[in-house]
Amino acid sequence: MLKNRFIKQLFNSCLDLAPILAVVLIFQIFIIRQPLPDVTSLVIGALFVILGLTLFIQGLEQSLFPLGEAMAYAFARKGSLFWLLTFAFCLGFGTTVAEPALIAVAEQAANIASKGGMIEQTNTARDSYALGLRISVALSVGFAILIGVIRIIRGWPLYYLIIGGYCGVIILTPFAPAEIIGIAYDSGGVTTSTITVPLVTALGVGLATAIKGRNPMVDGFGLIAFASLTPIIFVMAYGMIR
Amino acid sequence: MSYWLNQFALVLLTTCRDILPIAAIIIGFQLLIIRKPIAHPKKTLIGFLYVVLGIAFFLEGLEMALFPLGKLMATQLTTPEFLSVNSGEQNVGWQAYFWIYVFAASIGFATALAEPSLLAVALKAEQISGGTIRALGLRIAVAVGVAFGLTLGTFRIVTGIELYYFIIAGYVVVLIETLFSPKIIIGLAYDIGGVTTSTVTVPLVTALGLQLAEAVPGRNPLLDGFGLVAFACLFPIIAVLSYVQLAQWLGKRSISSKP
Repeated sequence: MLKNRFIKQLFNSCLDLAPILAVVLIFQIFIIRQPLPDVTSLVIGALFVILGLTLFIQGLEQSLFPLGEAMAYAFARKGSLFWLLTFAFCLGFGTTVAEPALIAVAEQAANIASKGGMIEQTNTARDSYALGLRISVALSVGFAILIGVIRIIRGWPLYYLIIGGYCGVIILTPFAPAEIIGIAYDSGGVTTSTITVPLVTALGVGLATAIKGRNPMVDGFGLIAFASLTPIIFVMAYGMIR
Repeated sequence: MSYWLNQFALVLLTTCRDILPIAAIIIGFQLLIIRKPIAHPKKTLIGFLYVVLGIAFFLEGLEMALFPLGKLMATQLTTPEFLSVNSGEQNVGWQAYFWIYVFAASIGFATALAEPSLLAVALKAEQISGGTIRALGLRIAVAVGVAFGLTLGTFRIVTGIELYYFIIAGYVVVLIETLFSPKIIIGLAYDIGGVTTSTVTVPLVTALGLQLAEAVPGRNPLLDGFGLVAFACLFPIIAVLSYVQLAQWLGKRSISSKP
């Protein structure tokens, strides 16, 4: 049973990588027409990605997801407001810190920043910059989930939040240092992937199901959208105060 | 080999630190607030081990395969020989980078169409719309959106136009479309932007953008290299809202044309 699921997941991970590899191969063979350098390293790396993704998702499905989802439903049903909000914030923060794509992108950003002379060219400076980015993004996602939960409870329309957040982005952009704007805008999309989306969706849908007069289809969604908007604001703020 | 093992051990250790907050939060809340013991402690522990190992392997693999691949494509598609211009030429028109745009569009379209979480969301959308929105149509709309977003994003990197002009214009379109869209689909459409950019696609696209900004004369990776992911998130929202309106309009027309 477990073995079967593992193989199925392995297959899914291959499927995740397949379109990228297919497009790259087609371009290499038909358009660039040059031998690929360092093929062994690429192949081993691709195998690592597949294996890593498989283990990661398999692990999530037997540890974090069942616990997190059960808890999200439990808190949504009867927990006191204070604990519900604390849980929402912690959930957003914790899942974002562990998000692998964000770890990788923050590291790239730190490398570029140190190459471009924005921060010192030492490992410590790079590490602290990357960690600073990730902490700001994590705080912003926590904040977004917190506000999103209040929205579901109060029944505010989603676009109030989106328009509000969007205005924040417009107001802050002229004041933010030019070097941080690109990474800030990107961090919104980076945050919401493998760990965050399922847990946050579970919280949203659970909450909308538990509260009378809320439609889980209309009110349960939208948390992710708001959580991709706030990182832009928080990362720009990080660039300003750093 | 021993160097590599050392390196990997370090990555494992950092991953433990990264996974610690969420583990502490989940277990802490479970024990202190919900006050129930964890149902399958052994299975959960093994699961956490898998997660740590998985992230470590994944990051190592990114470093070895996906980042180099993104950089390689950006480098190879922008060499003076490939563009057939004189090397050292500073004023290469944006049209010369045609194949970069094609590559960005293909990557965007293929990854979005194959994205498993998008399939799940699309099926859900078909369900709640009562069949007016088709799952396949929605997925194609999203894939076209991502492809268009990435193409525009690479165009922006090549030309060096400010990122926020595009983003502001994009969001204005989203806001206008929101006003005319059925309420039931709005939350879902907004979420789709985040769903399409998967853990595998983001690093590749980031590396592509950074290397492109490095390769194009007059661009600075620090200022111009980012932004592709933002485009890949924004344009699917526009595509989905447009598709929903189109589907509704077609649905209405077919009803009214019936005798």
